[in-house]
Amino acid sequence: MTSIDQGPATASAQDAAHVDTPIAPAQGMPVSERVLRVLIPLVMLGALIGLWAWYVAAYNIPKYILPSPELVVQSLIKDWPILGMALLVTLKITFAALGIALVGGVALAILLTSSKWIELALSPYMVILQVTPVIAIAPLILIYAPSTQSALLICAWIVAFFPVLSNTTQGLKSTDHNLLNLFELYGASRWQTMIHLKLPAALPYFLAGLRIAGGLALIAAVVAEFAAGSAGAGSGLAFRLLESQYRLNIPRLFAALILLCGTGVVIYGVTSLISHLALRRWHESAIRREN
Amino acid sequence: MRLDHVSKTFSNGTIALKDMSLTIGTGEFISLLGPSGCGKSTALRMLAGLGEPSSGKIIWPDPADKSANDKSEGEIGFVFQEPTLMPWATVFKNVWLPLRLKGISKEAARPRVMEALEMVGLDKFVDSYPRELSGGMKMRVSIARALVTRPRILLMDEPFAALDEITRQKLNDDLLRLWEQFGWTIVFVTHSVFESVYLSSRIVVMAARPGRVIDEIEVDAPHPRGIGFRTSQAYGEYCRRTSESLLSAIGTADHL
Repeated sequence: MTSIDQGPATASAQDAAHVDTPIAPAQGMPVSERVLRVLIPLVMLGALIGLWAWYVAAYNIPKYILPSPELVVQSLIKDWPILGMALLVTLKITFAALGIALVGGVALAILLTSSKWIELALSPYMVILQVTPVIAIAPLILIYAPSTQSALLICAWIVAFFPVLSNTTQGLKSTDHNLLNLFELYGASRWQTMIHLKLPAALPYFLAGLRIAGGLALIAAVVAEFAAGSAGAGSGLAFRLLESQYRLNIPRLFAALILLCGTGVVIYGVTSLISHLALRRWHESAIRREN
Repeated sequence: MRLDHVSKTFSNGTIALKDMSLTIGTGEFISLLGPSGCGKSTALRMLAGLGEPSSGKIIWPDPADKSANDKSEGEIGFVFQEPTLMPWATVFKNVWLPLRLKGISKEAARPRVMEALEMVGLDKFVDSYPRELSGGMKMRVSIARALVTRPRILLMDEPFAALDEITRQKLNDDLLRLWEQFGWTIVFVTHSVFESVYLSSRIVVMAARPGRVIDEIEVDAPHPRGIGFRTSQAYGEYCRRTSESLLSAIGTADHL
């Protein structure tokens, strides 16, 4: 290669080397800034809990209205056998629903984009399923479903499945036409075009759907359980919340709430991480902009 | 390879190409030159098997090559206007694609992929992603992908139109060098008079509305061509003739 191309070539080589290192937000920052990034949220959290504790103590708030932070923690530890079991039930429903939503959403998206007739026939029902509040159809599902657990699963699935479906459908339709021509030119089969072109092209859309679906699955699992009102050993966190309210066991209610929050945050974090890892090498959304 | 009275009408009634006849000899470097809408890309796509002619025939040299499937298997390499790379795949995987679609494994394809990348001078960038490359380098990857099947005919649809002048000149030189070395048949679509004269052994001048051939110009300047040819009087003369021919083409289309 002559000198003309050396300019961009070497620049890109450096660029490539730079991209080889993982693009974590903390990368390449001075140590002090990295420490601050961890420290500031922690200090903020500590301050809020401190304020809470001070308010409860200073104004003598009764524990059935607002329990102190240490009471909540005590309750979390003391009631762990009950709450832990309930958390497990909620997690099972959430992840089962999310799993089925992912498989079903992607499969249906492939089906819908493969034929416009199928799309015309099915898509109105997909929309109806989505716009009807799940809490409104939960009573019906409870009657039809063989068990409460399966009814909860169906409710959570209905809610989680739509973002996966609509995002993946959009992604599958957004394939670059030139690349489609290219695949046709090289005699690719429908199957090869799907595996090597359409699915990778739809991946960023699918991952955005996954992030939404993850949060929605948890919300729907809780909402459905509120509607179902199941009791006994098989009940999840939502039932424990209601139960604590009836019994005015507000510290336990807070403890259950914290577990739900934590679960939601973890699901969001994990799905975001998956998205980041899958896209970090090539997709604009995962690449830090440098000017 | 021959186009015999080929016409193409789109479903909206636009006549993209009217009665085009062209014989392409082995080892020729033919440029299809014309304003936008003259059907040069349409003609090229039909040569590649993307879309059938509405009337007329495309005749292939070997009777065995007639079917669409045979054409796409190693016979033809196509370079699009844009690099058309898969952003999620490395340079290697992009170039491997035509072979991969034919079921050739990564290891079996490796020597040929590397050979194609060496031809365009990108063998050091196998593991880079397209977004890490400059515009000219992406185009080189695209050319390498077209070359990896070792085609006898290379079809190029304004491949360098989006590049800056310096990169474009460099790629023109590289393309000529490869053509002289390997003796492919190249059909090159362009709207640049200077590019077509510099590269081609024959220029087919086309006019728009309806798309048709209005002139053919032989450029029998000797190869290898380089800066000497590009600054010669003969080159200027060819450019003048081609421009005049092109101008008459535009003149007939009064609403341009």
